Amino acid sequence: MANVSLEKVSKTYGRHQVIPELSITIRDGECFTFLGPSGCGKTVILRLIAGFERLTAGEIFIGDRLVSSVEKDVFLPPEARKIGVVFQDYAVWPHKTAYENVAYPLQMQKIPSAEAKERTLAAIEQVNLGSLENRLPFQLSGGQQQRVALARALVSRPEIMLLDEPLSNLDANLREEMRFEITALRKQTGVTILYVTHDQEVALAISDRIAVMDKTGRIRQIGPPDDIYEKPVNPFIFKFMGVSNFIPLEYRDGQVFIAEGDSPLSYSLPEGVLDRIRRHELIAGCRPYDIELTHDDSSPTRGIIKRVIFLGSTIDYRVALGAQEIRVQQDVRDAGQGGIPFRDGDSVGLNFLNLKWFENRDLNEEVES
Amino acid sequence: MIRKLFENFGIAEILLVLSVLILVIVVAVPILLILWTALFVNGSLNTRDILKTLSEPETYMALKNSLIIAAGVTFFSTIAGVFFAWLVARTDLPFKETMRVLFLIPFMLPPFIGALAWKMLLSPRAGYINKFLSDLFGLDGSLFNIYSLSGIIAVETMYLFPFVFLQVAGALERMDPTLEESARISGAGLLTITRKITLPLMTPSVAAGALLVALYSLAHFGVPAILGTERGIYNIPTKIYEQIYQSGGSFGSIRTATILSSILLIAAGLILYLQNLVLKAGRFQVIAGKSMRPMLLKLRGLRIPLLLFSILYIFITVILPTATIFLVGSLKTYGISFTMENMSLANLKYIFFEWKMTKDAIWNSLYLALGAAFVTMITGTLISYSIVKIKVRGRFILEFLGLLPFSVPGTVIAIGVILMWSGKFGINLYNTAWIIFIAYIARYMAFSLKSNSAALEQVSDSLEEAARASGATHWQSLKDIVIPLIKPGMVAAFFLVFLPALRELTTSILLYGPKTRTIGVAIYALNEDGETVYAATLASVALVIIIIGQIVIKRVTRSRIEGI
Repeated sequence: MANVSLEKVSKTYGRHQVIPELSITIRDGECFTFLGPSGCGKTVILRLIAGFERLTAGEIFIGDRLVSSVEKDVFLPPEARKIGVVFQDYAVWPHKTAYENVAYPLQMQKIPSAEAKERTLAAIEQVNLGSLENRLPFQLSGGQQQRVALARALVSRPEIMLLDEPLSNLDANLREEMRFEITALRKQTGVTILYVTHDQEVALAISDRIAVMDKTGRIRQIGPPDDIYEKPVNPFIFKFMGVSNFIPLEYRDGQVFIAEGDSPLSYSLPEGVLDRIRRHELIAGCRPYDIELTHDDSSPTRGIIKRVIFLGSTIDYRVALGAQEIRVQQDVRDAGQGGIPFRDGDSVGLNFLNLKWFENRDLNEEVES
Repeated sequence: MIRKLFENFGIAEILLVLSVLILVIVVAVPILLILWTALFVNGSLNTRDILKTLSEPETYMALKNSLIIAAGVTFFSTIAGVFFAWLVARTDLPFKETMRVLFLIPFMLPPFIGALAWKMLLSPRAGYINKFLSDLFGLDGSLFNIYSLSGIIAVETMYLFPFVFLQVAGALERMDPTLEESARISGAGLLTITRKITLPLMTPSVAAGALLVALYSLAHFGVPAILGTERGIYNIPTKIYEQIYQSGGSFGSIRTATILSSILLIAAGLILYLQNLVLKAGRFQVIAGKSMRPMLLKLRGLRIPLLLFSILYIFITVILPTATIFLVGSLKTYGISFTMENMSLANLKYIFFEWKMTKDAIWNSLYLALGAAFVTMITGTLISYSIVKIKVRGRFILEFLGLLPFSVPGTVIAIGVILMWSGKFGINLYNTAWIIFIAYIARYMAFSLKSNSAALEQVSDSLEEAARASGATHWQSLKDIVIPLIKPGMVAAFFLVFLPALRELTTSILLYGPKTRTIGVAIYALNEDGETVYAATLASVALVIIIIGQIVIKRVTRSRIEGI
């Protein structure tokens, strides 16, 4: 097993810069996810590490082996990097059976046939494909094909595994199942996993650490999933990780109001925040389920229900709050206990449970980009 | 620096350089030589000869005939192609699938063998049909004269219309039916829909097919050679042949030929440019990838008459000429009636085992076609791989070079090959089989590139990358993954080259030497010498091989669909 480090890595195609200077170390045995919108260059990072693409500048190490370096003119071809790769489109060879697919890497390593057979069958068993090993790919479902790909990437016991959106072609149930499987495999083998996805839910579920990238290929935050989710460093991260409300505030007559409206904000502000609101430096962010709606007058913050959508386990509201419109989500069970859920046109009170504070200018920057 | 260059030279670079080299030597240099020889004498511009050649009435007539034939063939092929395509794709014609296959058969028949058959049927005095009709109506003269511009146009149309048929039928079937359905929901009648929706959407396909026919017909040698030269009707390719033939291959005649070839090249370039424009203009996404069920027009009372009409068309264009070739080929002498005692297999025995000229021709064609097909298949795979899969700088040069063989007429290739391999560069292959071999490779590279590229595009890049990540070197990934997956495309490429090469006429006739006659040349020569029966016997041998080959291709391409 090995760590992976990228040092001042950049990649340009013609005049288009995909990866600006990037330095990062992925620890030994870690499951590390590059998370970003499509076209942010996350797949390119993976392809650079795999050796499918050459660097424009910088160096890449796998363990203590230098595998790619522009300055030192080093380039190890993919076959020499001891990696396993799982592709978005499975890339299972259609003319080989599941068994032959999985056995191929061992064949390339010239492993003696008895051992190769044992390891191949073990890998197939590991991904729960036992008894299907003699099928050709077209006789397997998408999920089964992806398992073959996973077994093929595992069988040679690589130092690192590179997974490029391996779940995005699967349906929701299969996706969840495969997610567990990947986590379980990692526990069994201790392999270092590099995962690339645009799906924040998957990223949160499987990663030890996540690097969130923006469209320009820059990494905006690196950290464990709960940090990324609970302590986003800027509005971009907050927005990318889930449905979000941004609420501008203003200070007048010794009180904080929702901007352009008459509703005062009832929330115990952390120290120093009030001063910065007075200087128009901060904006509040909150998730839809971090807001409570009430029928009574307990909250001075008042809004009007604009639209109600029943989503099964939750109910989704759009609430007009002064000039703003925000989204609020309520657990169906909570709603049921509180009596009749709210209807269009109801006047409601809002209690903010958890506000996050962001720099006003960062939000503007996001909007511009 | 040089060391670094060598270190970076992986398989990818070797393949790329090799591909460029092959295309440059086989295709690009000969073409440049033609233009060079046409334009310059001893390094200075050769305006005098160019003007002289162009102002000769013979040249002018040949050019005019080429244009008339091309225009006529394009016009009639488009009408026939569109009509039958519509019938098969958009109506409830009975036995549509069978008819669809039948309409493609003329594709497989070599046009000059068709011309040979039609000569036997419709030549003014001896043609079977003419004779029959004259006897029937007690006429003195003959009704039809196949030795005419209209005769040439009719015969070429029979064998070229599938270009249009194939394009249009494919497009009609893949057209998204919701486009028409939404027009119908909006209240448009079927006529309005056809006029306002279907036809405009089909225009690019129709134009693409028509331009292919124009390109082919403009530079076509076989049919005008058999039906035109007898009465002094020449087009550009037959004029080039006549000039070189009459002067015994003198350099003066070759210079004239380069000037005429340049005209063909310019015309071909122009047509290709137009086609590109049309295809670009037609690139709105009306055509979905998968087949859908289009709206079918009910023919009602016309169902059976239109079916009979289609069958009659197939009978006249395919069955009648083919049967004529086989029947005449087994006659004891030309002109006697088709009765059992007049027919035998003796001709077959004679041309296969006894007559040295035909024996040699069959043998020459066989090994030339096999060799050319094999080499073209391999090099085509290599070049297609470089074009489709290798992403390095300079790829566009290869793409351009790869496009060239698609557009260069056979006559032009022959002239280019003569210029290049007649000792000018230290290698003299003139009058040997090698020069024909090289010409075949240049002529049919396009087929191999098409088939191989299509196969390679089906192989997604990640399949190869998965092999590399599994520890396979680039070479191993080619051997274990790419080649097994494109094998059907390669086999198809082999036959797509082998079959036309086997009965090739246009280039062989300009390149053959005393010992290197091919089947095409032999059939042509036999016909010229009045040995009509033996010409037909040899033609029927070619037809049998073609039919077997087509069945093999069908098998191969079908297994590709099932296998993957």
